[in-house]
Amino acid sequence: MRAFAALLAREIRLALRHPADTLAAVLFFVLVASLFPFGVGPAPETLARLAPGALFAAALLAALLPLDRLFGADAEDGTLDQLLLSGLPRAGIAAAKALGHWITTGLPLLAATPVAAAMLNLPVEAWGAALAALALATALLSLLGTVGAALTLGARRGGVLLPLLVLPLAIPAVIFGAAAIEAAAAGLSPAPFLLLLGAGVSLALPLAPLAAGAALTSE
Amino acid sequence: MLEARDLACLRGERVVFAGLSFTIPAGAALLLTGANGAGKSTLLRMLAGLLRPAEGAVVWSGTDIAADPPAHAARLRYLSHQDALKPALTVAENLAFFAGLWGGAVGSALEAVALGGLAELPARVLSSGQKRRLALARLALAPAPLWLLDEPTTGLDAASVERLGPLLEAHRAAGGIVVAATHIPLPLPDARELRL
Repeated sequence: MRAFAALLAREIRLALRHPADTLAAVLFFVLVASLFPFGVGPAPETLARLAPGALFAAALLAALLPLDRLFGADAEDGTLDQLLLSGLPRAGIAAAKALGHWITTGLPLLAATPVAAAMLNLPVEAWGAALAALALATALLSLLGTVGAALTLGARRGGVLLPLLVLPLAIPAVIFGAAAIEAAAAGLSPAPFLLLLGAGVSLALPLAPLAAGAALTSE
Repeated sequence: MLEARDLACLRGERVVFAGLSFTIPAGAALLLTGANGAGKSTLLRMLAGLLRPAEGAVVWSGTDIAADPPAHAARLRYLSHQDALKPALTVAENLAFFAGLWGGAVGSALEAVALGGLAELPARVLSSGQKRRLALARLALAPAPLWLLDEPTTGLDAASVERLGPLLEAHRAAGGIVVAATHIPLPLPDARELRL
């Protein structure tokens, strides 16, 4: 547990020292979301219809950005060897990395969600549901992304391979997340969809670190 | 006691070494020498448990290390030729991360490698020799019975190599084992040499 806390604290400290990485993901999110009004025209109804899906596509793509360096940086400077010898189980290393990714990328994306939602003309009554759905979906992406990052570690063009592996697995998150926002916008309860998203997160919470840990080698 | 039984290493189709056996009793040191590519680093990674031997086994006090990798990891310090430092963190923060894993005091470990005065500098401004010393400071953090050192003196000046002497001596006096791959003489009296 001490090793887990030490690793997580270091991930967060490193992110604070390199704020540009987090900032890049957040700006990417806002920019992609702001491309839609240009593409489909500024008609408010059309935009509001597109908003849930656009919000999700933009957020998940943005959260993918820092993933290829999740283990890559540590593998290059020899830290990964030390982590593998730290006494922390490999699944524990992966779990700390996933949690670190969510805190340093997922949470900042949530903070920027109101900006993106406003540009997409999402009704204000759906913002709460949008935040809840994105919180769960980014957590799921952090977990799945950690598996992808561990699998593509050391692969040539890993950065290209990673989205191809991870994004198909994130499709359920997009479906249920967008449905939750649509329900809230129509005045219905988003709870059923949020619960399904939550079920996905609870499933990935134990399985993804195990899978990532099994894929993690320094050879 | 660290024991290698009949170790073999393959790189692709090529046999790097095979039938390698040795025993290192507590307090002893083994120097690995040999040409580049002879398998010194690979052997160290095998002894650390990071690499599975193609054949044979690494045995610690009668138990195969593959039986309980976390227990083996807990008893060793591995210094690879990479320093495992984060340039954005300060000297003290870099070491504090490892102190968080193993315990030990950052200040005295930095003093042991004469980096005490640079504790608050970011690691990115260190010279390569200073970075190496910071990596070596990990050895001074908390005791561990097995030290695996891959070219520990790369980039070090003569004074720093000398400073390594007391560190190694104290470790061996406490019953610690040192396995070091090196091209230059290390301050390790009566170390056995294994030529790969």
